[in-house]
Amino acid sequence: MTVISTTPDTATLTLTIVAGLAAPPDRAWQIWVDPRQLERWWGPPTWPATFVQHDVVVDGRSSYYMTGPDGEKAHGWWRFLSVDEPHSLEFEDGFADDAGTPNPDMPTTHARVDLHGTADGTRMTVTSRFTTLEQMERLVAMGMVEGMTLAMGQIDDILVGV
Amino acid sequence: MVTRHAEREATDQIFAALSDATRRDIVTRVLRDEASVSTLARHYDMSFAAVQKHVAVLERAHLVTKHRRGREQIVSGEVTTIRTAARLLGEYEEIWRGRIDRIDEILAEPAEGAAP
Repeated sequence: MTVISTTPDTATLTLTIVAGLAAPPDRAWQIWVDPRQLERWWGPPTWPATFVQHDVVVDGRSSYYMTGPDGEKAHGWWRFLSVDEPHSLEFEDGFADDAGTPNPDMPTTHARVDLHGTADGTRMTVTSRFTTLEQMERLVAMGMVEGMTLAMGQIDDILVGV
Repeated sequence: MVTRHAEREATDQIFAALSDATRRDIVTRVLRDEASVSTLARHYDMSFAAVQKHVAVLERAHLVTKHRRGREQIVSGEVTTIRTAARLLGEYEEIWRGRIDRIDEILAEPAEGAAP
């Protein structure tokens, strides 16, 4: 477990997660800017992400979709607000329609990533700020499938051991 | 569907209500200990009417409840609603834990350029 701390703030709807990564910041930076690496971890195994565009420059856009267990697609976009390689990255993350066009009626998530070099790798801090509960419900609904699958797997392991 | 729509409106209201610093401060105070609107008004550099308006927004979002005691209106925090927000943040945290586990796996791979 490399998660160092998580700080949810219900008043500001912010979640701050700090993790220790076993690689220097230059390497950790790649998992964010290389779309092929990013899509291996952004979506859970049950909702894998595909980035069709990933333009990591200020004002640059990303366009991605996540594919659900029944083949349904959830489209999203990012817009980069600041890019400071390999230290920090700030972007808006929003929902899009089936054609990948950003949906202006849906609230966005504001994300900030900080990478700090440490003696044994990188300390990564990710801060996510939400605007509405509905948006969180949707994000959580997509991600929760994975949590349940993992939990099931663990139960299976326990049963095999008995 | 009607219920879902109503739920969605309710949740949007919670976050709109909490987007204001004064309202967040009011919620924090009355969660700790109920207070009258006039007591609350003393903490802020604004009119009684303005504070009353903030309380009304919080009340509509079910973040606080109001009841009368004599001539005073007493405001108290609604714990259940706050819990919903806390639960969602907890679930989102789980998503991030999953992501970081996957990042670890990628970073543990031999060298860049090597076949995955």
